[in-house]
Amino acid sequence: MTPDELKYVKSHEWARLEEDNIVVVGISDHAQESLGDLVFVELPEIEQEVGAGEECAVVESVKAASDVYSPVDGEVIEVNSILLDQPELVNSNPYGEGWLFKVKVESSSALDHLLTAEEYKSSWEED
Amino acid sequence: MGKKTPLYAQHVQANAKIVDFGGWNMPLHYGSQLNEHHQVRRDVGMFDVSHMTIIDLSGKRVREFLRYLLANDVGKLKESGKALYSCMLNEQGGVIDDLIVYFQDETAFRIVVNAATREKDLKWIMRHAKNFAVQVTEREDLAMLAIQGPQAREKVYPFISTALQKPAMALKPFYACWNGQQFIARTGYTGEDGFEVILPTKNVVKLWTDLQQVGVAPIGLGARDTLRLEAGMNLSGTDMDENHTPLESGLEWTVAWSPANREFIGRGALEIQKENREHKVMVGLVLQTKGVLRNKQTIYNEREQEGLITSGSFSPTLGVAIALARIPQGYCQRVYVAIRNKRLPASVVKPPFVKYGKACVDIHPPVQDDIDD
Repeated sequence: MTPDELKYVKSHEWARLEEDNIVVVGISDHAQESLGDLVFVELPEIEQEVGAGEECAVVESVKAASDVYSPVDGEVIEVNSILLDQPELVNSNPYGEGWLFKVKVESSSALDHLLTAEEYKSSWEED
Repeated sequence: MGKKTPLYAQHVQANAKIVDFGGWNMPLHYGSQLNEHHQVRRDVGMFDVSHMTIIDLSGKRVREFLRYLLANDVGKLKESGKALYSCMLNEQGGVIDDLIVYFQDETAFRIVVNAATREKDLKWIMRHAKNFAVQVTEREDLAMLAIQGPQAREKVYPFISTALQKPAMALKPFYACWNGQQFIARTGYTGEDGFEVILPTKNVVKLWTDLQQVGVAPIGLGARDTLRLEAGMNLSGTDMDENHTPLESGLEWTVAWSPANREFIGRGALEIQKENREHKVMVGLVLQTKGVLRNKQTIYNEREQEGLITSGSFSPTLGVAIALARIPQGYCQRVYVAIRNKRLPASVVKPPFVKYGKACVDIHPPVQDDIDD
């Protein structure tokens, strides 16, 4: 499942632009499925400045740990701390309750260069 | 192209995620590794372990041979059907592999060794068997299922051949019985009760589907690993290898020192190590914060001496991260694990962590991080 209304990066994060230049970030359904059952999530600090491509969170399944990269430049303004106790929400609802953090970006064009659902899918289907 | 067990089609049909394991295409999980783990602890599950290597040893001097080949003493096996866990060592005392040996009669013993070490095990065994005129037969015609969990024996019972039903249900832990080619042992690798069933390859699909129909869920290698880690059982090649002895791998209890005149491969090296008492030892760890312990993470004690996690994971039963780790000797209650850019505290415990569905260690619930401020 790769919703068309979201933007993606090759490293398997999704991003959604909301009001006030706020971007919600999570990991794709494909990513959660390859990781398997998540048991631990480490989130960035509030007010942390992040750069596009910078690792700023970690998701760990029983099997492996995986870094999460910010898709955009900006400041972290909120993290989904429910995941600290319920990391499995990322598995059950990666695009909803399983979101990871929100970044305030300078301009609403911050997502323009990210991949579309189609482009993202072909990025890992080739592998 | 990896090798496939006779149950490969069943795994694919059950939506298994297939991975390479020691050259075999094996199921990692069938959807959720966590659910499979709980399924075994709470009810019953079955593992296809047909990739493991079954070897029959026969000859007049087979007992004498095994008393030389293995660090544990097959001389302890007095009753037909009794099983013994042992390491097979090289001359330096390093662990080539661990195995279970079953005493069938004075001229016939069966051993089951790991899939990933199959070739070197066979080579080593054959090399030494020659001197005892012992015949080594790999049983590629046999398959193996492990049915584990509190309900395991009851679920298997109806599918055991009539002649074996009674003896199988009467088995004590670590005993086996057989009839023709059907062989049933009350052994396993999960810390739960259950059977390991060895049977002709051509019959294994039927047993698998029969068991599936009565609610025995297939369990993948992922859960097998977390179950064995909770049970404090070593994984060959990970928690011990040819560069580490049983003394460094938490397996001193499997080395039979007496009788003192029993010569076995590696004995000399082990005795020197035992005398010096400078070797590292294996302990269990419970992480005291949120996070996950992983293989190869470095740990430090309060004197900054280093140790290494050999197997680490999240314990589904305890809800915390646990590990087996090799650390310097000496009293030590707490260590620090280097995880990314942090050092997280972990308490030192004596495995097993979980047995028969129950916690066996003091977890100390994780301290809340004030990460969400």
